[in-house]
Amino acid sequence: MEARLLPYFLILPVTLFLCLFFLYPFALVAQQAFGTENGFSLDNFREVVTYWKFPISMKNTFLLAAAVVPIQLALSLLMATMVTKMQKGRDLVLYIWTIPLGISDLAAGIIWLAIFEQSGFLNSMMVGLGVTEQPMSLLSYQTPWVVFLAIMLAEIWRATAIMLVILVAGIGLIPKEYYEAADVFGASRWKQFTRITLPLLRPSLQTALVLRVILAFEVFAVVAALGGTIFPVLMGEIYAYQFDLQNGGAAAALAIIVLIISIVFTLIIIRALRVPKGATI
Amino acid sequence: MTAVADVVTPDARKAGRGLYWAGVILLCAWVIIPLYLLFVNTMSSPDTVNSFPKSFIPEFNMGSLEFFMGFQGMLRALWNSVLVALMTMVMSIAIGAPAGYALSRFDFRGKELFRLLILLTRAFPLPLLALPLAVLFIRTGLDDTAFGLALVHTTLAIPFAVLITFSLFSGIPLELEEAAWTLGCTRLTAFTKVILPLVLPGITASAIFAFVISWNEVFAAAVLTIENRTLPAFLLQTLGEAPLHLKFAGGFILVVPALIFIFAVRKYLFAMWGIANR
Repeated sequence: MEARLLPYFLILPVTLFLCLFFLYPFALVAQQAFGTENGFSLDNFREVVTYWKFPISMKNTFLLAAAVVPIQLALSLLMATMVTKMQKGRDLVLYIWTIPLGISDLAAGIIWLAIFEQSGFLNSMMVGLGVTEQPMSLLSYQTPWVVFLAIMLAEIWRATAIMLVILVAGIGLIPKEYYEAADVFGASRWKQFTRITLPLLRPSLQTALVLRVILAFEVFAVVAALGGTIFPVLMGEIYAYQFDLQNGGAAAALAIIVLIISIVFTLIIIRALRVPKGATI
Repeated sequence: MTAVADVVTPDARKAGRGLYWAGVILLCAWVIIPLYLLFVNTMSSPDTVNSFPKSFIPEFNMGSLEFFMGFQGMLRALWNSVLVALMTMVMSIAIGAPAGYALSRFDFRGKELFRLLILLTRAFPLPLLALPLAVLFIRTGLDDTAFGLALVHTTLAIPFAVLITFSLFSGIPLELEEAAWTLGCTRLTAFTKVILPLVLPGITASAIFAFVISWNEVFAAAVLTIENRTLPAFLLQTLGEAPLHLKFAGGFILVVPALIFIFAVRKYLFAMWGIANR
């Protein structure tokens, strides 16, 4: 094989695969969303947006993302800085902290269901401690804020690890000399964190946030396990359109909406955390 | 030592260390305790799971797990999950690894465009792809098959496979390969005899990662399969009516391979993500 052609030969399978199963399906989603029997129309979108559940599921999805992502960002930054200073037991602690990385959203939902369901561990503990006399029905229509809290906790529990891994890898790339110099000049730990770690961590923060925010808009199985119909979210509505209502056009239109939200937020994050031209570690 | 540390009294430093380790232990407990509670529920008889109040100590009764295994369609769903995950694993490495090698060894026109395509896939909610593919698969006879679902899961896993193998191959000096060429190896034999043995553990790690991605995926699996449900899709479908002990045993079965796999790939986790950033 001629050396000039070899790289193209090697990337050909991936390129073909992604064209067929990534780019082409997106064209199909768009076609399904905008197309009806009589050509281009916005009927599907009109139908989806005017449905009574749309504003609620939109609000819920955003509320959840807004509540979960900042906490995860702070928590993963805290954990990442804690682990970089660790001398003993670093591997064990890191393994434990990254366990949720391998756990699916559905499993995470079920795990927190074990805690929050009526005969679950939270109620057992509260009755045991004498806080309440009877086990309360926590995940019900009467207490939507508990449902929200349970989903929030499950999401924070499950998906902080992915940010942690990216940030730990990113902190590992920052040269130690910067910190030594900061020590010489008497900068406090906090100052070192805000003046060295945070700015140099920008590429990693970018990746972590993009990945996390997109996943936040895709939230589905955790909600299905814990909230069911009490807490409708966008992804769950897409699923309902596809299956319960057998309305592929509406599902596609809602998918396009989720897609646009994801792209807008990706662009915002990339813009906000962009690395100045010419600046490298 | 630092100027700041000199001012701090030993007592304050001790308190600081105590606080630090308390934080570490608290965060470890935050991860482990919910897992432990799921374990307690799984290891209890169905009656105990549905009773109140709950004991925080497992009674090591296999009743729930036996019920799970005997539940209509569950074993088949478990088998489907393994099948789809294995296919995803093989396909994503077979298709992704050559591209990772190309990215690490060659400068070619269109390299940036190719990288952009790979990175782009991560900026999209990929499970949504399942919607149009559901229609397409019905036309091609791939609907409700393990292979069809594996194709979608491979799309999810491929960006990771390419970026991880890229970082693995980048870690091996080109000189090693060149030395093999001067000693009479062709490009292919140099690769199979010198490079491959060196990257094999890393390749295995990224294959395992692909397996976990597929094993955990719910949305596409639920959209694309009806009869041949995978375990997550089957559990999702039965969430409404299934008894509690079935849910917990199912959740437990979902979690166990993930625990083992993360343990197996832990060495590579950070190397993988470090490079995937750039």
